[in-house]
Amino acid sequence: MLDVPTEAVMDTVVVRATGLCKRYGETEAVRGVDLEIRAGECFGLLGPNGAGKTTLLRMILGLAEPTAGSLQVLGHPIPGEARRARERIGVVPQLDNLDPDFTVRENLVTYASYFGLKPADVAARIEDLLAFARLEGRADAAITALSGGMKRRLSLARALINNPELVVLDEPSTGLDPQARQHIWQRLFGLLNSGRTLILTTHYMEEAERLCDRLAIVDAGRIVACDTPRALVAENIEPHVFELRGSDTRKWQQRGADLASRAEQVGDTLLLYARDPEPLHRALRAEPDLRYWHRPSSLEDVFLKLTGRDLRD
Amino acid sequence: MSSSKTENRRPDVQERGFVRPLAIWRRNVRVWRKLMWPSILGNFGEPLLYLLAFGYGFGRLVGAIDEMPYMVFLASGIVCSNAMTTASFESMYSAFTRMTQQLTWGSMLDAPLTVDDIVTGEIVWSATKSVMSGTAILLVAVVLGLVGGWQAILVLPMILLMGLCFGACAMVVTAVSPSYDFFLYYFTLVMTPMVLLSGVFFPLDQLPSLVGQFAFLLPLAHGVEIVRPLMTGGWPDTVFLHLLVIAGYGLAGWVLSIRILRKRLAS
Ligand SMILES: Nc1ncnc2c1ncn2[C@@H]1O[C@H](COP(=O)(O)OP(=O)(O)OP(=O)(O)O)[C@@H](O)[C@H]1O
Ligand SMILES: [Mg+2]
Repeated sequence: MLDVPTEAVMDTVVVRATGLCKRYGETEAVRGVDLEIRAGECFGLLGPNGAGKTTLLRMILGLAEPTAGSLQVLGHPIPGEARRARERIGVVPQLDNLDPDFTVRENLVTYASYFGLKPADVAARIEDLLAFARLEGRADAAITALSGGMKRRLSLARALINNPELVVLDEPSTGLDPQARQHIWQRLFGLLNSGRTLILTTHYMEEAERLCDRLAIVDAGRIVACDTPRALVAENIEPHVFELRGSDTRKWQQRGADLASRAEQVGDTLLLYARDPEPLHRALRAEPDLRYWHRPSSLEDVFLKLTGRDLRD
Repeated sequence: MSSSKTENRRPDVQERGFVRPLAIWRRNVRVWRKLMWPSILGNFGEPLLYLLAFGYGFGRLVGAIDEMPYMVFLASGIVCSNAMTTASFESMYSAFTRMTQQLTWGSMLDAPLTVDDIVTGEIVWSATKSVMSGTAILLVAVVLGLVGGWQAILVLPMILLMGLCFGACAMVVTAVSPSYDFFLYYFTLVMTPMVLLSGVFFPLDQLPSLVGQFAFLLPLAHGVEIVRPLMTGGWPDTVFLHLLVIAGYGLAGWVLSIRILRKRLAS
């Protein structure tokens, strides 16, 4: 495993934000966020496009100045001591910004130099990180010759060059194939096991559910819910969902609503949410021509309930 | 992963702000080294062609200026204008590419570097390129017998100063530039007139006196006033004032570009 962070920060708050706001001209990207991220946890930000996730991360890194509110990261007031904080943070940005003028290995050496780390100091570490990213055979390849998955892996490896206590990942697995995503997830589990704190944003429910100890659902610059994935599902939505498709769903809108606790029409699909599935099951089975699907409710249902079904951007 | 014990020292020098821009400078040096030979060849080839073609071709027509062969006159002018164009190109096209296309600056900001570090490092790099190509011109001038005395060696620190000055001024343009096309404004509206008005190709006293006076509001003419005597075996007058103007422009460009880029990149 990678070395355990030097400064022990267990049982402490890594990020504390109160009343955080960010305005770009007319756009209010973040409007009043309170946040407490604890050492050693994996904290997820889940939200539609334009919700303000990247802006929130940029403020945590001290790269966007809050319009209002206060922020502390790893004990440093931000943006006042942002540079000191970033010495202890690893960053995987939403858009890869690997240096195209260098090879894979040179990228790691160069990035280390930005931390004041000399090539001799990080030579062994770079070999470790190349293995970590499974890029040993590509150490001398140009960045332009890497696949999207390789670039992402290298970005993650690069973020660990300073042995960070906190790693901030903006959509670490967007655009990756299932294999590459699994690989990234395994690496992130490894980082958590070594005691690091992770903050990540994602659009993928299963990623949020599997990786994150706690999740904040962000919408239009606000945190609309924040809890463990299981608690979010348990507290925000009925455990059973029936999806009815076809032309006669309209007839079921009334009946379904009586038997279920909530009904929702989406296109030609009728969604019925129920605490007790039995009455609905009986009624639906009585109609042999009806097409329906019974499934447990999921984080995605919570997400859509809390953030709505309208397209963003 | 293997459990190799890599120490993670956080050197105290990191706190000393003036060291951090060096990381950016070194990055650019490492990239430059990859294409070092064509670059060096260009540094020597271009002034050689320029001086020979212009000097011989044009010099025949012009004859001597103030009892100075035209080639001698031209060499010192080109040293100055080249310091300007080299640093400006680097601070505009190359820096803009690193800022917007390659996101190199973004990666530096993810690491513990600041906008101030980046701007400073890039300007020093622009000046470094001026010195590299200026040295080549100086050597070509020596070989062609266009240099009048040992004091020509003092032209090198002058090139550094001009490189810093013009690199910083061009960084302001980069800071406000929405696209590459924008740089053409700076070229046509500022740099080209400045080269023509500053005594690079012909003496300033050929111009109407008002134009000549205007030229001294800009830094390039002051550079020429110092470099030309040094290259022809003499000594410049009123050195301090000339240096002050060049340094003033540089300082203003440095401060202004940092302020604008802080807004653009990290606010
Ligand atoms: N530098 C900026 N200038 C102006 N507006 C900005 C800037 N950065 C972000 N915004 C706006 O702030 C809002 C939030 O953007 P942000 O990038 O934080 O969203 P996001 O949740 O990361 O979205 P995505 O999932 O698409 O990455 C958007 O409306 C965006 O247009
Ligand atoms: Mg984003």
